[in-house]
Amino acid sequence: MNRRWFIGVMAALPWAARAATPQRGRVKLELPVLADNGNSVPMKVSVQSPMSAADHVKTIRLISERNPEREMAVFHLGPRAGVAEISSRVRLAGSQTVTAIAEMSDGSQWMDSADVVVTLSACLDGS
Amino acid sequence: MVARVQIPKEAKRGQVIRVGLLIQHPMETGYRLDADGRKVAKNAIRSLACTYNGVEVFRAHMSPGIAANPFIQFPTVAEASGELEFTWVDDAGERGSAKESIAVT
Repeated sequence: MNRRWFIGVMAALPWAARAATPQRGRVKLELPVLADNGNSVPMKVSVQSPMSAADHVKTIRLISERNPEREMAVFHLGPRAGVAEISSRVRLAGSQTVTAIAEMSDGSQWMDSADVVVTLSACLDGS
Repeated sequence: MVARVQIPKEAKRGQVIRVGLLIQHPMETGYRLDADGRKVAKNAIRSLACTYNGVEVFRAHMSPGIAANPFIQFPTVAEASGELEFTWVDDAGERGSAKESIAVT
């Protein structure tokens, strides 16, 4: 990968792919509006994508606003996934906005966020 | 580390299947105190990978932001009969693995 090749590729990419800030859309982050206990909150993130070799989701990042570790998880996908949809359970240190950022194979980034009210937060109560 | 894999026993070729993985692990945040008031060291499963007949189909980097006894469900296309193998490692360097076979028609 030399410099000229890199500049050439960057010039060929559409503007959106080079934009550093993720755009809203294509990603859907599902979290409950109210969580009784921050220690285990069900989470589902899906991205609209054909998941073909040419156009697929490369990574999905989960970013927390208030957790001591801001990057909660990074999921690496590929065309072998078929669809881009991941479920898990997260831990939240208080009421906050959780953001999911998906990076596509063309380099463009898409995001969605969800507000969660946590009644009993994780980390703080010593349990 | 005990783990449970949830995949269909059989699938049609090209079908998208849901792979569920549940691992018994505390995912310690590093902020919790034990009965004697000492801090419990941070210990979370950091990386997890899934290979399907030797080809990596899914990888995840996690933090204590994932709940204890992490459960992850992800999709994959049923390409051929074979084995799905999962490997992971935590902060303490402890490794775990699990495998499950699938029949594709």
